[in-house]
Amino acid sequence: MSVRDFFIRLSKIDRKYIYLVILIGLIIPLIFPPHFPQKMSPQVKRVFEYIDTLPKGSYVILSADYDPSVAPEVHPMYKAVVKHCILRGVIPIGMTLGVQGAGLALDAFTEAEKVLGARRDTDYVFLGYQAGGAVVILGLGEDIKSVYKTDYFGTKTTDIYALKPVKNYRDIALVISFSGSAIPATWAVYAYTKYGVKVAAAVTGVSAGDFYPYIQAGQFIGMLAGMKAAAEYEDAVNRILKEKGIGKFSTSAIRMMDANSIGQLLIILFIIIGNIGYFLSRRRK
Amino acid sequence: MRPLLEKKIPLALVFIIGIIMTLQYFVPHPISQTIYDNSLMWDRAIASMAYIMAIVSFLRFHSRRLKDKNYAPYSLVAILSFAAMVLIGFIGGTGSDSLFQKMYDNMMVPLQATTFSLLAFYMSSAAYRAFRIRGIEATVLMITAFIIIFGTTTIGNYVPKMNEIVEWIMAVPNLASKRGIMIGVGLGVVATSIKIILGIERNWVGG
Amino acid sequence: MILKTILFILFLSPPRVFSPDGTGKKLTIVLDIPDAIRPQITTLNLVRECSDGKIDTLDILPFLKAYTDNSLSHKKDYRYKILAYSNGNLIFESEWSEYTRPTAKWFDKDKLPLFIAMMLFTIIMIYYIAQARANKPLYLRPIAGLEAVNEAIGRATEMGRPIIYINGLTGISDIATIAALNILSHVTKRAGQFETRIVVPCYDPVVYTIAREIVKEAYTTIGRPDLFNPDDVYFATDSQFGYAAHVAARMVREQSATNFFMGYYFAESLILSETGASTGAIQVAGTDSVAQLPFFVVTCDYTLIGEELYAASAYLSREPLLTGTIKAQDLAKLLLVAVIVLLSILSLFKVNITLGLF
Repeated sequence: MSVRDFFIRLSKIDRKYIYLVILIGLIIPLIFPPHFPQKMSPQVKRVFEYIDTLPKGSYVILSADYDPSVAPEVHPMYKAVVKHCILRGVIPIGMTLGVQGAGLALDAFTEAEKVLGARRDTDYVFLGYQAGGAVVILGLGEDIKSVYKTDYFGTKTTDIYALKPVKNYRDIALVISFSGSAIPATWAVYAYTKYGVKVAAAVTGVSAGDFYPYIQAGQFIGMLAGMKAAAEYEDAVNRILKEKGIGKFSTSAIRMMDANSIGQLLIILFIIIGNIGYFLSRRRK
Repeated sequence: MRPLLEKKIPLALVFIIGIIMTLQYFVPHPISQTIYDNSLMWDRAIASMAYIMAIVSFLRFHSRRLKDKNYAPYSLVAILSFAAMVLIGFIGGTGSDSLFQKMYDNMMVPLQATTFSLLAFYMSSAAYRAFRIRGIEATVLMITAFIIIFGTTTIGNYVPKMNEIVEWIMAVPNLASKRGIMIGVGLGVVATSIKIILGIERNWVGG
Repeated sequence: MILKTILFILFLSPPRVFSPDGTGKKLTIVLDIPDAIRPQITTLNLVRECSDGKIDTLDILPFLKAYTDNSLSHKKDYRYKILAYSNGNLIFESEWSEYTRPTAKWFDKDKLPLFIAMMLFTIIMIYYIAQARANKPLYLRPIAGLEAVNEAIGRATEMGRPIIYINGLTGISDIATIAALNILSHVTKRAGQFETRIVVPCYDPVVYTIAREIVKEAYTTIGRPDLFNPDDVYFATDSQFGYAAHVAARMVREQSATNFFMGYYFAESLILSETGASTGAIQVAGTDSVAQLPFFVVTCDYTLIGEELYAASAYLSREPLLTGTIKAQDLAKLLLVAVIVLLSILSLFKVNITLGLF
């Protein structure tokens, strides 16, 4: 069989073999992670560097506005940002506008306690869920402790040590909305436009396209979009952990992205092979 | 009598209720809100009756298939699963700690996730088959797909300007075409609604 | 302290109350509390007295400058008084406001531009319908997907295999589903003329009941009520991936010759269309779901994009009344594009005119 015939046959290969190759291509990196070197994309870099250069004792609101259906993409981002803040001495204030986000956000703070020894109400604050959507966002601009009279655990916010210097958005360096829907746009409209607080978005890959106009308009300082951004951020936080001699790395997003990347590269390879075969078969005719 | 019941009365009902509900949107008066709330209740009541018919259809469809050797095993599983979940739900309740919920969480959710994961494989075979350089448009489609697929991998970050190109494609031509389609869809929705309310479109009632 | 007391007394004005909208259920109370006093307030109460004598105390956020009271009645009058506390001590008590009744209006003025646009569009539609009725030929550009419907049905007839028709995964309240059902009627009539079997697995129970009647009526219209098989139009399941699995399995087992995907779809679209493609079926899709269009374009032979789905019924029937509405849609789109272009050009010269319409 000549090379030409080989490629022509390959371009008409049965689906079964494509699925088999994809299956192998996805399983192997999950079992034997290749640890592709991660390089930060510009949008992720903007958010990372912003938090990285904040003075110690700054406050960042992390709003977990997502649910379990988008957790594989967004939850690793939330965990990574929480750890980043605590490692840099920035105090993350966790909250959520959706009921299901509370459990997920709590999971991230619990992990930070285990890995970094973070102390509740000193190194981080978790306010939990508050109903009201835009009303809550507006209320935080006036008085956070009036909107959240108690935190998630029932402690009065006026008694929380870490919250004492905080009144409203003027004391907040950044708000990041983690979501699988259009909630980050609500934060941009109400928090940034009315109160001028810096806002960033952390969203799924599918919905990222809808938020580029907000970045172009300067309403978001940056955006974490999809699994790739989660892997990049996770990798950057792991490097900080390594610097500080803490060996408990998180690799969930990195491993998934490795598998994802190999899958996508295989698709590109199939497309190239398919086109070579297609051209050769046309030339033969 | 049949044309009256099957065509004229439904068309008249749709016209009257369509006009009322259209005007209701512009009228903030509490009477308008009451009409809206009542229409939602009617909607739920009709949906409940439709569910009964749907379940009868489901059971009839699968019970007839039990006689066919090719389909019998699958239809048997469908009927038994249905019966089991109904009984478990009625006997043990459907609360968060119930057996019903546990079966849903441990069987249904993984099955849904498994079917969802088929997308990864189907996407690869669809891309393999579809992205061929057949003409100018197909070539542009393929090149764009290449850039986006490659740009969203980890390795894409190492190619100079790749992220900026991907961002530009997503933020400009992609978003522009999406918005264009949505404008057209919006007009299509309004036109179809008006056609149905005014009785111009009658296929739903048999032509 | 005395100065503060004088200030408190001076600023003890009753709260201003007005009706924010015409629903007859809300009143907005403006809390004119001087900023100097606000930091001392730890609890802010609003006392509401109804004209029937009922008194309620509402606990509101201290920093609010206005509060909207909901769930009122347009047949009663209400008045309000502000009570401000600092660590349990009453420091501020305003006078009672005037009795105010929530206004119930018969037209929402904020929606006037929308109403005008709707009426304009309806007038344009009626004009073109009248034109079409007067037998003026209206040109419609050919749409490949709709031209191919006959070809697709013919293929199923030749091969002796069924057509699978899917109405999408949303309920009857979604216009895309209604458009899909309209096309179902046409396809059933054409398929019935060739005695080709059409299978319609339904996702939504209400859609199932309507699809059943449409198919039955379509066969009756062409004089072949005997062709209707109730087991061919059935309710499959209302679980998204359960439905996808069922339909995919049906396509593979029955080796359908033609598949129609009309309506609104979610993530299962690729599972359905790729499975259909793997069986070698000819596939025609039509959806207004922007996210799923790329998958259908890649896997189906023909795709109706967005509004083409809504135009399909007019194309297939060529009824003057329906073709007239397509012209109206096109004119409305042209007007909209002209407005967008004009406003974009003006904004380049820093002239921002929206006339309060947008």
